[in-house]
Amino acid sequence: MRVAIPSPLRSYTRASEVEADGATVGELLADLDRRFPGIRFRMIDEQDGIRPHVRIFVNRQRAAGLDETLAPGDEVQILQALSGG
Amino acid sequence: MGTRKGIFLLHGDAERRQWSLDGPHFLGHIAYHVVLDPRDDRTLLAATKTGHLGPTLFRSSDLAKSWSEATRPPAFPKAAGEEAGRVVDHVFWLEPASADEADVWYAGTSPPALFRSEDAGDTWEPVSGWNEHPMWGRWTQDGDDGAPGGSLLHSINVDPRDPRHLYIGLSGGGVFESTDGGADWRPLNRGCEANFQPEPDPEYGHDPHCVRLHPLAPDVLWQQNHCGIYRLERPGEVWERVGNAMPREVGDIGFPVGLHPRDPDTVWVFPMDGTDVWPRTSPDGRPAVYVTRDAGHSWQRRDAGLPRENAWLTVLRQAMAVDAHDPVGVYFGTTSGELWASVDEGEAWSCVASHLPHVFSVEAVELEG
Repeated sequence: MRVAIPSPLRSYTRASEVEADGATVGELLADLDRRFPGIRFRMIDEQDGIRPHVRIFVNRQRAAGLDETLAPGDEVQILQALSGG
Repeated sequence: MGTRKGIFLLHGDAERRQWSLDGPHFLGHIAYHVVLDPRDDRTLLAATKTGHLGPTLFRSSDLAKSWSEATRPPAFPKAAGEEAGRVVDHVFWLEPASADEADVWYAGTSPPALFRSEDAGDTWEPVSGWNEHPMWGRWTQDGDDGAPGGSLLHSINVDPRDPRHLYIGLSGGGVFESTDGGADWRPLNRGCEANFQPEPDPEYGHDPHCVRLHPLAPDVLWQQNHCGIYRLERPGEVWERVGNAMPREVGDIGFPVGLHPRDPDTVWVFPMDGTDVWPRTSPDGRPAVYVTRDAGHSWQRRDAGLPRENAWLTVLRQAMAVDAHDPVGVYFGTTSGELWASVDEGEAWSCVASHLPHVFSVEAVELEG
């Protein structure tokens, strides 16, 4: 499925949209990390928590966590909630 | 230089008079510490994060021409079951181990944890003897003592005679020592003031800002502490407040300590205002470096070339560096984005870079060719 990538993570993907697969958000992120090594840890901490300024949306609804299931054709957006100066 | 907005390199000519700026590298990334491995003059490690992404490390083997990301940056183990696990907020301090342990590095983080790499910074493992120590929660106030920017593990010092002999500094928490490669630790704070603690002489809970061990005199430790400047000669256990010899109107509050590479009795500090609400800027707006050449018995003001007034500089704990040249070059970076240099051991200063981002750290190295 297509995954929208925010600008702070495009140093990994070199693209604003990439392909990745998984039956859950967690699996999708693991697949992203296989394709773009290191990208997962920038978004997900070592306790599998989504980092505070990272937002993951599935079909424009905010994903509650890594266990959220995905279906073929789902639209996944990873967004950054930018703040500070 | 590590700055709040990226990494900058300043290349000087042989006389250290002309400087050229290279950077920014990783513009917009918070770069806490950038350190070249003195064992190979080749491996450059950078501890970075952005305001919105997790922490990581970047490595270069060609002086920042190209970078690669660490395969496994410092991270705590995944907690079991429903237990809340710890999360590395950022890597703050990078330290190459001794010359006997090629490719071994240590990293200190916030919350205050210790990590070790044996492959030149590519993969990192927790030093569980510290991170899981039964006293860790008490020594670190559960990893959060409310310090701005987070509680820190910094000032990792490796005894050049014995790679298993380590010292670390915690802000807050104090100085701790291990003699078994990090398997066990004990506090080493006697004699240090901690006037923000209820007990007059606590065993731990102090706030060392910067602790440095002299490689030529590894039984001598220098400490710029929240409450003053201290020196300790091992096997002694009680720190001596050598900052008492500083002029009273200047005081002995500050962050960094710079060591002379060949003379263990010579040290530079950058005093800051620790009165009232602790502005931590140059006292009276008149910045000066102070040097001792007699192990802290006396201190001399060195301000030639620095602004004479209305200069409210802050220099953080990693932002003073000393090179190995003769005469020694001394450098400091300010949170207002200036890099000041002295090529005559602090006698005279000049500003060699300005309009930079907030400077966190400065390291000075002399390269062949």
